[in-house]
Amino acid sequence: MNNKTLERWAPWALLVLSILIWEGLCRAFNVSEFVFPSPSRIAQQTIEFKEVIAGHAWRTFWVTMVGFGIAIVVGVLLGFVIGSSRLAYAAVYPLMTAFNALPKAAFVPILVVWFGIGIGPAILTAFLISFFPIMVNIATGLATLEPELEDVLRVLGAKRWDVLVKVGLPRSMPYFYGSLKVAITLAFVGTTVSEMTAANEGIGYLLISAGSAMQMGLAFAGLLVVGAMAMVMYELFSAIENHTTGWAHRGSQGH
Amino acid sequence: MTQDAFVDFQNVWLAYNDELLAQNHFAVEDINLQVKQGEFIAIVGPSGCGKSTFMKLTTGLKMPSKGRILVDGQPVTGPLKISGMAFQASSLLPWRTTLDNVLLPLEIVEPYRSNFKQKKAEYVERARKLLNTVGLAGYEDKFPWQLSGGMQQRASICRALIHEPKMLLLDEPFGALDAFTREELWCILRDLWTEQKFNVILVTHDLRESVFLADTVYVMSKSPGRFVVKREIDLPRPRDLEITYTPEFTNIVHELRGHIGAMRKTGAAINQ
Repeated sequence: MNNKTLERWAPWALLVLSILIWEGLCRAFNVSEFVFPSPSRIAQQTIEFKEVIAGHAWRTFWVTMVGFGIAIVVGVLLGFVIGSSRLAYAAVYPLMTAFNALPKAAFVPILVVWFGIGIGPAILTAFLISFFPIMVNIATGLATLEPELEDVLRVLGAKRWDVLVKVGLPRSMPYFYGSLKVAITLAFVGTTVSEMTAANEGIGYLLISAGSAMQMGLAFAGLLVVGAMAMVMYELFSAIENHTTGWAHRGSQGH
Repeated sequence: MTQDAFVDFQNVWLAYNDELLAQNHFAVEDINLQVKQGEFIAIVGPSGCGKSTFMKLTTGLKMPSKGRILVDGQPVTGPLKISGMAFQASSLLPWRTTLDNVLLPLEIVEPYRSNFKQKKAEYVERARKLLNTVGLAGYEDKFPWQLSGGMQQRASICRALIHEPKMLLLDEPFGALDAFTREELWCILRDLWTEQKFNVILVTHDLRESVFLADTVYVMSKSPGRFVVKREIDLPRPRDLEITYTPEFTNIVHELRGHIGAMRKTGAAINQ
């Protein structure tokens, strides 16, 4: 086995090892499943409630995707504006930073007042929590343009727009994909948090109801599913990033 | 003024902003300069003396605070599309192949821009030919980061020349290259210029480079940024690298070196 395959399998090996230790500890100390269920118990409950879990997971998934979609649109547009104008940068950036410092979970009660219990608060929480990194990264990519290159283009009569489209946007693509990876995981956090108090469906709701019914195996199964979904989406965007902006990662390709 | 001047600076002063202007603090002062059609000039001087400012004035990226600039008989009022620029950093776009990098100006500058799609094949052919003349045949489809520094610089010069500018502005284009590559690129630039006879304004701090390539070398002083010496280089053309080892060549380099050395001394005296 060479180093590369070893690297590829290392996370799986670690996962299996952790599960084995977890299982071993639960059995060795005879931990009550109401306190800390063993992996086998979680697996058992996952299978037992697979339809219920799948229904809630699907709901969480599409709600997250809608919120994330809005975050991409808003994040890209705002990032574009901020990154292409110094004035907009100066005006918007401090406010955005302050906004980003607010805990998004604190918005949920307000959103409930506005939109009621259901998908509204969940979508918006997912959006609010995930648009910021997208915006910042697009803006950074656009704002860090070499002055010489700008001179080369400006002397040819290039308009601002030309420079943005030919140079700024392609340049910010690696930043953009990088931010998507971060944003998608945040979006799942947002949806789940919101569903815990402001929904009758979704993994967040499942966690709360399973917890109050002392169904710890089910609660853990919910965590597992939301974690897996976020992980899969992360890997998806990571793969897209590598395929579309390989030029930005040439260091890893032996150059 | 002289009728046949292609670039004509008449008492040009530039302060970077109004505040500096009010304090009479100029980046370049009282520049008078006439460049003939097809002339190769080099500007040498200590770093920070306003050489790059001079380039921005010539291309219309900056407007003079006082005086006026004519290029090709017309007053300069904005960016001059008849110029191509290359810098010390090649600043090629890493997501474009070498060929697409060279084609970039044609996607922007008129009249190529409007018919770029229809005439793409023709333009690609032109870019390939140009890349071929600088010795980059076979590298068209490589990405810039797959090329060596010298190759990137050649591609950068091709990008500056693809729209057949009347004026080529080079800001220390060979500054980051090793000595051998640098001399190789001198010859490439010499050949391109001999063939196409565009105007060249070369900003450099390599005196041998300026003497080898230019018809006229101007020496600039630092703060104030002024042209203090104009030296016509009367070495016969075509010039070969061999010429850089002749006493005539060395004498001119020494003479220029003397001017710059003297300036540095007086500069130091003022600082004390």
